[in-house]
Amino acid sequence: MDPRIPLVLASDLLAAREQMAFTLGFHIVLASLGIAFPTMMLIANYIGLRRRDPVALELAQRWSKVAAVTFAVGAVTGTVLSFEFGLLWPRFTGRFGDAFGVLFVIEGVFFFLEAIFMTIYIFGWKRLSGWKHFMTGIPVAICGIGGAFSVVAVNGWMNQPQGFTLGPGGKLTEVEPLKVIFNPAVPYEVPHMILAGYLVTSFLIAAVYAVGMLRGRRDRHHRLGLLIPLTVGCILAPIQFMVGDTAARSIAHDQPVKFAAMECVQETHTHVTEYIGGRCTSEGVKGGIGIPGFDSFLVGFSTDTKVTGLDSVPARDRPPVNTLLHWAFDFMAGVGSLLILLGIWFGIAWWRRRDIPGTKWFLRGVVLAAALVLMTLEAGWIVTEVGRQPWIVYEHMRTDEAVTGASGIWVTFGLVVLLYALLGTAAILVLRAMSRRWRESARDDLDVPYGPRGEVFASAPTEVERR
Amino acid sequence: MSRADAVAAVLWIGVTLYAVFGGADFGAGLWSLLARGGEDSARARELIDRSIGPVWEANHVWLIFVLVVLWTAFSGAFEAIFSTLFIPLCLAALGIVLRGAGFAFHAVAGRAGGRRAAAAVFGIASLFTPFFMGTVVGAIASGRVPPGNAVGDPVSSWLNGVSLFTGALFLATSGYLAAIFLTSEARRDGDGGLERYFTARALAAAIVAGATALIGILAFRSDADYVYDRLTSQALPFVVVSAVCGLVVLAMLWRRTIRGTRVLAVVAVVMVVWGWGVAQFPYLLPETLTISDGAGTNTTLTEILIVFGAALLLVIPSLAFLYTLTQRRILEES
Repeated sequence: MDPRIPLVLASDLLAAREQMAFTLGFHIVLASLGIAFPTMMLIANYIGLRRRDPVALELAQRWSKVAAVTFAVGAVTGTVLSFEFGLLWPRFTGRFGDAFGVLFVIEGVFFFLEAIFMTIYIFGWKRLSGWKHFMTGIPVAICGIGGAFSVVAVNGWMNQPQGFTLGPGGKLTEVEPLKVIFNPAVPYEVPHMILAGYLVTSFLIAAVYAVGMLRGRRDRHHRLGLLIPLTVGCILAPIQFMVGDTAARSIAHDQPVKFAAMECVQETHTHVTEYIGGRCTSEGVKGGIGIPGFDSFLVGFSTDTKVTGLDSVPARDRPPVNTLLHWAFDFMAGVGSLLILLGIWFGIAWWRRRDIPGTKWFLRGVVLAAALVLMTLEAGWIVTEVGRQPWIVYEHMRTDEAVTGASGIWVTFGLVVLLYALLGTAAILVLRAMSRRWRESARDDLDVPYGPRGEVFASAPTEVERR
Repeated sequence: MSRADAVAAVLWIGVTLYAVFGGADFGAGLWSLLARGGEDSARARELIDRSIGPVWEANHVWLIFVLVVLWTAFSGAFEAIFSTLFIPLCLAALGIVLRGAGFAFHAVAGRAGGRRAAAAVFGIASLFTPFFMGTVVGAIASGRVPPGNAVGDPVSSWLNGVSLFTGALFLATSGYLAAIFLTSEARRDGDGGLERYFTARALAAAIVAGATALIGILAFRSDADYVYDRLTSQALPFVVVSAVCGLVVLAMLWRRTIRGTRVLAVVAVVMVVWGWGVAQFPYLLPETLTISDGAGTNTTLTEILIVFGAALLLVIPSLAFLYTLTQRRILEES
């Protein structure tokens, strides 16, 4: 850092980074639900309409109400992030908004359509007829994915910036939109995040019903509520593992310093040992489990592959806190493997007895998986964002050049933490209250979807009764 | 009209739609806050919930639209505004978070205490965003936001007569629009009591908004001469139309004629927004940054126009669908 910049400013940079990390880390959970929750409710809705299954319809309706709450909170925490583009990083947006901004304009359109159709779907349960109502939910699911594409493509561009020309004084003189939108990081970052959204949502919903079953509520409502998301999650987990593996290999190629920090490779060499866990020091990993040559093998399918080390760039161009990065990366790979094991367990039980594994340990595993998946989501963003440091736009703009000249970021950071703690607590309390209310009302008056027509479904035999 | 001017017009359309629809939603929060005690108040709050419940999120997206178009097309102005006006924009964002969360939670909270707390948060926070957005507009219009990273004064840029009056004007206008819209809603419900309830509030808000506008013009005269000079010349027709519409609405409310007030009230507000735009033209930041100097590359401007065109084709029919379903009372809480 420039020694002339006063200490106050330097500390505001740290505050700005912490605030950005915190608000993004909070929003990404809600964004994940925004990406995938609509698909979950549509699957339940489809099953309900197709099989005339009132239980599935009830699930779809309740999920849509939960999605409505998380969507509202996500809308406001997302707005905070757009404010922060100016409040915290005005130099970044001021110089490069011209290049990456249009992706956000596209995202705005997706978000708009998502908000409109989400409302129609949520408020349409009573008066719209079955399939018509189902159709109004489809744009929501599509726009969730489209919005995720646009936003993550911007992050991809920050990692692999291209498609612009800088004139004298650092002003943008030319932009090539297609190169910006389809930057080299998009093919692995975008699917990785969309799948992460689906995994987080799947396992979170599944865990809610797993907890219910562990408490003895083993009715069809809970079984189906567990089965739908768990099936989606277990199918996607191995795909996500492969996408993640591709992403890591691409990063080794595209951002070798980030990769070196993730794996704590100090010097460029071949036959690099892959370490699991351990502490990253300037002499390499201390205390981890080493697999000789495996890191080289992962990068280039041969132990002879040369892996770029941190020594390839001066110290000021290397990411900070390498141990955190290394752990976050290992954590992702580790949880990815565990999810696949859980899926195999589930798959075998289903193949043999058309049922979820009978033991309570499986349900406990699902609950644990939800917690781990959430932590993995955060770990993934730590790897992406911290790993890109000290750059905000890789090799074009340093984070300390981008930060606001306004002071008092520690104050706003403190208030934001307080505010979000309240927001998160309130959201959880509200969701729990909704669930309690549904449980209590389940016995007497059923709030049937699609008005009087619901009675037809109620008299139709359910899957369980047929068997 | 240059490409940059066209994009500035697109930006202004977004600003207008946010001022009208977003403003009305915040204004509804104001009336919800003030509806305390009595049987009418409970029904008023219910009507407010039903009216803004299905639309507030879609209306909020106009703000996102304005932000992203501003930072994409006029990134230098965005940088200047968001760094100098750090404090009021933080407070506006605080209002957005608390309003949205409060509204989303107040209907579904577990206990009566929680519902009341969330409703109070929704009401109070609804005052924040219009007021502080108003101070931001006042700061920009009075030329207190120079280009660059936090070059302007962090406090006096928005804590001054023009800004405070603009903030008050935004708040009053939001309440005015909301009361007018809610009067029509009550009328469609055939609820004569609520119709009178909101007519009275619309009248009060109209008078406050009008008075604030008059004092505000004096503040502009002493402190924001560039914009004031043009408000009284090129932009004068807008000001006059706005004033006439406002007065007609006032007279109609007085005589309890509701039909047509909505359109006229909207026109009055739209004219103020466009009057401001015309008065600022050709500046993004009066007298320091023009639209053409602040605009991004031509490719980006074209892109924005294309995306905006596509957005119109997709969003307008969808919004029309949503509003129609809402107006026909097809959408309801299940």
